[in-house]
Amino acid sequence: MRVELVDIHKHYGSVKANDGVGLTLEPGEIHGILGENGAGKSTLMKILSGFAAMTSGAIILNGRPAAYRNPAEAARRGIGMLYQDPLDFLQLSVLENFMLGHTGSLRLHRKLIRPHFISLSESFHFHLNPDAAVKSLTVGERQQLELLRLLALGVEVLLLDEPTTGISAEQKEVLYAALRRLGADGKSVVLVSHKLEDVEALCDRVTVLRGGRVSGTMLRPFDTQRLLAMMFGRPPAMPPRLVHIPGQEVLRLDRVSAQGGRAGLRECTARIHENQVVGLAGLEGSGQEAFLRAAAGIIPPAWGSVYLCGRDMLGGDYHEFRRRGVVFVPAARLEEALIPGLSIADHLALQADPSTFRLQRAAAVQTASAKITDFHIKGRPQTLVDELSGGNQQRLLLSFMPPNPRLLLMENPTRGLDVESVNWVWQYIRRYLQRGTGVVFSSAELDEILMVADRILVFFNGQIIKDVAASETDVHDLGRAIAGKLSS
Amino acid sequence: MTAASNSGTSSIILKQVLDIFVLLGFVIAFTVLVMVITGAPPLAACYHLFLGSLGSWVKFSHVVKAWIPLTICACGLLFTFRIGLWNIGVEGQIVMGSVFATWVLRMGMESHGDGSFWLIAALAASAIGGAAWAGIAGFLKTKGGVNEIFAGLGLNFVAQAVVLWLIFGPWKQPGVASMSGTETFPAQLWLQVAPALRISPAALLIVASALILTGLLLGCTRVGLRFRAVGSNPFASVLFGLRPNLLMFVAMLFAGGFAGIAGNLQVTSLYHRLIPSISSNYGYLALLVVMLANYNIWLIAPVALFFACLNVGSIQLPMMLQLDSSLGGVIQGALVLATLGVHAWRKTKVSGSGSRPIGSASRD
Repeated sequence: MRVELVDIHKHYGSVKANDGVGLTLEPGEIHGILGENGAGKSTLMKILSGFAAMTSGAIILNGRPAAYRNPAEAARRGIGMLYQDPLDFLQLSVLENFMLGHTGSLRLHRKLIRPHFISLSESFHFHLNPDAAVKSLTVGERQQLELLRLLALGVEVLLLDEPTTGISAEQKEVLYAALRRLGADGKSVVLVSHKLEDVEALCDRVTVLRGGRVSGTMLRPFDTQRLLAMMFGRPPAMPPRLVHIPGQEVLRLDRVSAQGGRAGLRECTARIHENQVVGLAGLEGSGQEAFLRAAAGIIPPAWGSVYLCGRDMLGGDYHEFRRRGVVFVPAARLEEALIPGLSIADHLALQADPSTFRLQRAAAVQTASAKITDFHIKGRPQTLVDELSGGNQQRLLLSFMPPNPRLLLMENPTRGLDVESVNWVWQYIRRYLQRGTGVVFSSAELDEILMVADRILVFFNGQIIKDVAASETDVHDLGRAIAGKLSS
Repeated sequence: MTAASNSGTSSIILKQVLDIFVLLGFVIAFTVLVMVITGAPPLAACYHLFLGSLGSWVKFSHVVKAWIPLTICACGLLFTFRIGLWNIGVEGQIVMGSVFATWVLRMGMESHGDGSFWLIAALAASAIGGAAWAGIAGFLKTKGGVNEIFAGLGLNFVAQAVVLWLIFGPWKQPGVASMSGTETFPAQLWLQVAPALRISPAALLIVASALILTGLLLGCTRVGLRFRAVGSNPFASVLFGLRPNLLMFVAMLFAGGFAGIAGNLQVTSLYHRLIPSISSNYGYLALLVVMLANYNIWLIAPVALFFACLNVGSIQLPMMLQLDSSLGGVIQGALVLATLGVHAWRKTKVSGSGSRPIGSASRD
């Protein structure tokens, strides 16, 4: 089936996740979609698979415009999606999962379907026991099962979102072989990834997304340097970086392992000093989230130790860390950092000092007005935080920070902000450096990390695989490390 | 946003009024439908419900006796709803309040003369008993991760079993244990009723204090704001230096204390003894009251009064219309279902129109 996507737009509020994406998928083609986090890959796949509605644009299947509103309707037209986390039913057996979605007669023809399943499974060299419980399978095996189920449903276009995350090297080879065979059978395969190696090994053609738009396409054989340039852009002319002289050690993580994020955190060792900006680079879910939360005392380390100004923080919770001058600002502002339904003034009343039993409403409104002016927030003291735009929410969060923290931990502090807001945020954070605060932040934007950070830690699969001074690296070097390719 | 507030303050008010009419219309239609299905003539049923609850002062005094514990429970439930907990266990907390009241009053049965000391002691004991019972559910929730709904439901059954055991065991009436409950207390241990009103002034004072205290605590103190913060976003509240678990536990204590006091009044002002169905299911009913009042303290008293009218008025139905008195409960349930339905529908309508929070865009 030939699939054309024409001028796809998808807006979430003021954020344009897809901003006029167009691409064509030929029958029998394995088409790679590359791009860093936030480039709009997953959004595009959700639209194509019927999981999300586009704001505007058209999907044309075999020359005819198609409109479908949910994944079931997409599947009926032959488009199926294999999600990052397979959407199967853990309580059921492999065969039962396979039979789900088989429409037709009401009775389940277990005996009829079983040989069909076994032969299909073997033809792809999958080793799946039809009677095993799905919860006993590995992620790779669940993926294989889901793949078979989609094929049995008659899928002509198969979408795969980061299929090689969390599966073994052997399973990866089996998957590659299966996908190549599907391509040879005339089915189209779309492979979404930020791993260059997957795309290079498998795809006939690659479309690169950046900032919600197509930044380029390339046919096999691929030129890695050019692909990286399409993904991350040309490094912009950098303003002269302020040279900070690091002071005393503020934070030390000693072989810390912890749960959290997609990959968790595995045996991370790092030191953060006063007066130093450390950028955390890596794909989303590679361990930065867990690193920041372990450093803030929000998730306890399963192994290893966290030291704050030389003091072992074993057993301390966030309140303890906070007392010792740690501030954590999470990325999901409305989900984790602010309290929906409460106004700006309410947020300030929550933190008011000295704490009194009676709510000092007037005082809170006054403080709120002052902060609104100082931080250029577009809103009034009574405005609910859910009504603020992302940039204004971020400014409000910055306005909550105490004047003299020892350590500032910020998760994607500029995500979703426009250029002006981004600059403002960094100007504001730089003021803290003059007071000797250590700053750690994560970001999906390599340019931003290179521009702001003194030191960069690159995370891959829960581990720090690169720890480098910002002056000694560049976008391509970092891009390779993020994708799991270490140079030198 | 500023554009909207400038151009249409009056249109927003109009929209809200319209919303209320839509809600009322839907609720009435749904309730009438339920009545027709159950075979009740809607107009006649409403007439008898009205007559049975507000038709005479005696009947109204019965309504008030139901309204008082219902309102007190609903006040307590506002604390737990505010912090995001479903305190289903309120039923058991009422029961434990009654048990503790009975326990103290039994000690006072020997003394003669003024019973005020024992009544005040019983009031304190009830609040403690209810709070302790709620505290168990709160402890299980915050320390053990047990959902408060399951813990509360389990504790309701335990409380009911405790009452039955007491009535048929240690506290049985001299001579014979009976479903009619424990021995009736002497009159000096009853809450005195003002003869002209047929209502206890002390109980009215308690319910008024409960309403005022709840309104002040939730509306004008830092604790109230903290409850709201934890209820809206427990994770973020930690970053503001709050301790969600501690606050949840405190909210449970408040709800349990209020429920315990309601249980006390069931003993001291209504039955004057412990009976198996001492709670009259006012706990479950109070949950409905709070939901119908949309968690608004100002609406608690009128909604509770309305529910009390339905409860008392429906006693008339079997006599006048040969309908089962449970129709009152059916109407209450239909009201709440219809209200929740309209609220849910409005919510999906709002979120469906594209005004999703910015944060959701980041899930690329």
